[in-house]
Formats: sequence, C-alpha cells, structure tokens
Amino acid sequence: MARRHLCRARTDVRLIFITLLALMLAAFIGLGATWVTATRGTDLGTLTIGAWTARPKNGTADVDPYSRAAIARSGELPLGAGDGVAFVATADDHKRPLDGRCDVVVGGVTPAARFWTLTLYDRKGRLVANSLQRYGFTSEEIIRGADGGFEIRVASRSRSGNWLPTGGIERYVLMLRLYDTPVGVATRTQRDAPMPSIATVGCP
Amino acid sequence: MIRVLFTIVAGVLLGGVVHLVSVLALPRIATEDAYSRLTPITKLNAVTALPLADPGTTLMPYMDPAFATAICRYDLSSGPIKLAVPVSQAYTAVSFYTRSDTAYYGINDRSAGRKVIELDLMTEAQHAALPEDEDVTAADRLIIDSPTTTGLIVLRALAPEPGLMPQAQASLAASTCKVQTEPQVAKQAEPSRTKR
Repeated sequence: MARRHLCRARTDVRLIFITLLALMLAAFIGLGATWVTATRGTDLGTLTIGAWTARPKNGTADVDPYSRAAIARSGELPLGAGDGVAFVATADDHKRPLDGRCDVVVGGVTPAARFWTLTLYDRKGRLVANSLQRYGFTSEEIIRGADGGFEIRVASRSRSGNWLPTGGIERYVLMLRLYDTPVGVATRTQRDAPMPSIATVGCP
Repeated sequence: MIRVLFTIVAGVLLGGVVHLVSVLALPRIATEDAYSRLTPITKLNAVTALPLADPGTTLMPYMDPAFATAICRYDLSSGPIKLAVPVSQAYTAVSFYTRSDTAYYGINDRSAGRKVIELDLMTEAQHAALPEDEDVTAADRLIIDSPTTTGLIVLRALAPEPGLMPQAQASLAASTCKVQTEPQVAKQAEPSRTKR
C-alpha cells in the first residue's frame, strides 16, 4: 500500500518535471526566435540589388508581421510608400562589412528619383558625430563628374571631393533614400534600379 | 527515452506557438516604438516641429538629417481632422501612420499637385456618416480614412543643402492640423435625416 503511494507520487513529480521542462523549452525557443527575427529581420519581401537591401512593403499597410515587430522594437518610422524607398547597405559589393577605419568609395548612378539622400549611421541608427557636421549627402549638393556620375569617399580622415566622415567607428551602415521614385514594391532587378557600387579601396 | 523525446517535441511545438503569438503581440506591447517615443514631446491634434536629427538626439533611429520634420499626433474621437501643409521649395511629403506605426498613406507635393497639400482625415465611420452632397462640394478636398482612431501624421520638408534648412522648417511651421469645428457636425446631422 505504502509503496504504491510512493510510486504514484514519483510519477507525479516526474510528470510535473517534464511539463515544466517542456514549457521552459517552449518559452526559450519561442521568445528566442522572436528576438532574433525582430532584431535581425527576415528575408520576407526584401529587395536586394548589389550591396543594397530595401523592404518596400514596410511603407505600406500590408507590411509583414515580422517587419512590423522589428519596426516596433527599433522605434523607427518606416518611409511611407507615397514618399519614397530606403535602401540599406551594411557591407560592400564583396560582402566585406563596412569599416569606418577603411576608405570606401560609393559611386556610379542612382535609380530614377526626384531627390535622393545618402546617410551614414552607426549600427543602431544614430548619426555619427564629426567636426564638419556632415552626416550625408543629398542629390543636390553632391559634386558630380562630367558624365553625371558621382563618387563619395567614406573615410575617417579628410578626403577631397565628396567626403563622408565615419568618425573612425568600426561598423556603420549606409542608407540611400530615394524620394518620389518609381522604385518600389514592383522593382525586382538592377535594370529597374541601377544602384551605386560600394568598394573598399584601402584599409590602414 | 520516449518521455524525453515527447518533452522535446512538445517544447518545440509550444515554442512555435509562443513565437507566433509574441511576434503578433510585439507591436501592441512595445513601449519604445515611434508613437510612444513621440507622445511626450508632441501636442495632440496640433503640429509639433521635431528637433533636427543630429548625433546627440536619440529620438528615433534612422532619421534623415536632410529633412525638417513635424508631427501631428491625432485622435479622431472628437471629430475629423483638417490638415493643410504649404509646399516647400524642394520637396514636401506627408505620411500617415497608425497607432502601431504602420504607414497607410503617403502623399508628396507633386502627387498633390498644388501649393498647399490639403487633406481631411477621418475614421471610416465618420466618412460613412458624411452626407453625400457634402462629398460632391468637397470633391477637390482629399479625404483619407484612418484605420485607427489615433495615429501620427508626419510632415517632412527637404533641405537640399544645409543652408536651406530654415526655409524647410518655416514651411512646416506654417502648416496646420486641427479638429474640424462644430458647424460641420450640425450640417451633417440635418441632411442625413432627410436622406432616409
């Protein structure tokens, strides 16, 4: 009699233990996956051209739930589709992460747009302090070559021409925003949207 | 052994549920989203200019420093909103966001096609309650339906070069965003009775 009681108590404890373990595993897997997708983002609805990535649907009402969660977490306001589209680059054309201590050249042409701006941020989306108070370029103020193309030198030390200072931070992101542009949800390839190249030309 | 396997399978399946629920719930429970960040520094149903983006301000990430920005945080429960934004020299855009920071409508100076972007913002119920003849006379006014009662209108004006920033800010400062006044409501009540 006593032994049977003991036996039942032991299975009860085991059942509780297993249930707890399953719940903990569920919480860990579930919340972990949410954290990863909300921080790093997913590939849902992304448009990648060269080193640049955009999520044109983020500016519309049918933004996917993962992007919605990422937007709520970061605290940014995505660019509305009636306004423009934002392209982000975290690495150069050879997939080498953008390093603020290196010289990086962004050049070529941009897709059709009434205006564009190119801005440098740290990985958390903050502007990087510098003595020139130069955080980016607009399409109007950039110095262009005779063929209409441009070349921006992203470097920590002063450079001639279009110099975009990095403040020497290790990792940064570039954001190219196109305003009043046909580029958007329907855009698929480089032919629709010729994006500027990004090349690391020298590292100390 | 079977028990361990069962625990793992149950944990993974439940984890999937937890993941889906938390992803869907995150926009609702986030306390650091753009709307919550802007709430303490913006006036309700009025235009508030935001400070220019610079390395010191951590208001919102990824703000474009080439733009002057102003916010109209709205609440439509007391009536539709009238918005008027004079167009700046270079480029002006007005974007509408729901309470959960989803952009549902956007317009720029060229698509508006005039010197002042004029819009009426209302809930779908308020739009449905509009008398029809009113709709016709107001045909040249753009009516936007807001999916949520509260939300954000973001007004942005481009300064093509840093020296033009004061002009961009000035054009936004001249914009208005206010709840439509009472007479409109009185006018609404009358024809809707005759219609039926």
